[in-house]
Amino acid sequence: MKLPAIVHKFSSPRNFYVMSGKLIPWFGWACLLFMVTGLYYGLVEAPPDYQQGESYRIIFVHVPSAWMSMFVYMVMAISGGIGLIWRIKLADIMASASAPIGAAFTFLALATGSLWGKPMWGAWWVWDARLTSELILLFLYLGFIALQASIEDPRNAARAGAVLALVGVVNIPIIHYSVEWWSTLHQGATVTKLDKPSIHLSMLIPLLLMAVAFKLYYATSVLMRARNEVLLREQNSRWVKEVVESGS
Amino acid sequence: MDLETFFHMGGYAFYVWSSYGLSFVVLLMIFLRPMMSKKRVMKDLRTKYRQQERQNNQAR
Repeated sequence: MKLPAIVHKFSSPRNFYVMSGKLIPWFGWACLLFMVTGLYYGLVEAPPDYQQGESYRIIFVHVPSAWMSMFVYMVMAISGGIGLIWRIKLADIMASASAPIGAAFTFLALATGSLWGKPMWGAWWVWDARLTSELILLFLYLGFIALQASIEDPRNAARAGAVLALVGVVNIPIIHYSVEWWSTLHQGATVTKLDKPSIHLSMLIPLLLMAVAFKLYYATSVLMRARNEVLLREQNSRWVKEVVESGS
Repeated sequence: MDLETFFHMGGYAFYVWSSYGLSFVVLLMIFLRPMMSKKRVMKDLRTKYRQQERQNNQAR
């Protein structure tokens, strides 16, 4: 399948550099706005949980991180796949730029989960299906980063990374359904299920605000990373020279 | 609500504030890394272009 010419034009490194430069401040400020409101409603306005008391407030950083850990992985795998099939350089760059951010979100999901598990379950860690599959996700990210770092040629590095990322996609539904397929200590889904979310609006709203904030955080930082990579890879072209000399 | 109850978090202060503190630090790192590497990339490329220009001038 051939992509229309406009896609190639749109995803040209130069076009991306200019467009992303305009988008970054919008994403960044919107993110700050969502995060501040989310934190206010989550930490101050939302009532304590009837079972878990105040400890449940970890949810407002734990769940958005966990969602992002899977979302970023999908972005990474899909853009890796696009780079593999249509050889769009920008897709390769987006995949590699996503990996460290995804790994950071996965680490956060695990660490905040641990900090929540200790007071609620009495253990920092249990080898339960949800926790184990999320840990595998962290290893997939780290494997992707290590693999790409070990290959000198950027084209080959992108190809190898994309294959690894695509194979690892199998882990994503496992993470999501782990709480249904196995009897886990980890609680079931509260928001992402077909019937009504089993969470009160006063807690759902800050959760969703934080989720949007985290998504915008990813958008901002992945674009920043990708822009740097574009400059490096296109350093021999005239437009990069102009950008560097004008200092913007 | 007074500040003391707020920071006390019903006795879960350590777990709640560690989670938020850790998230803050990790998110900050995600943001600062590309900021710093942009500065480095710009500096490195500027040096490289200057060297190239010097070489071109000498060759002439």
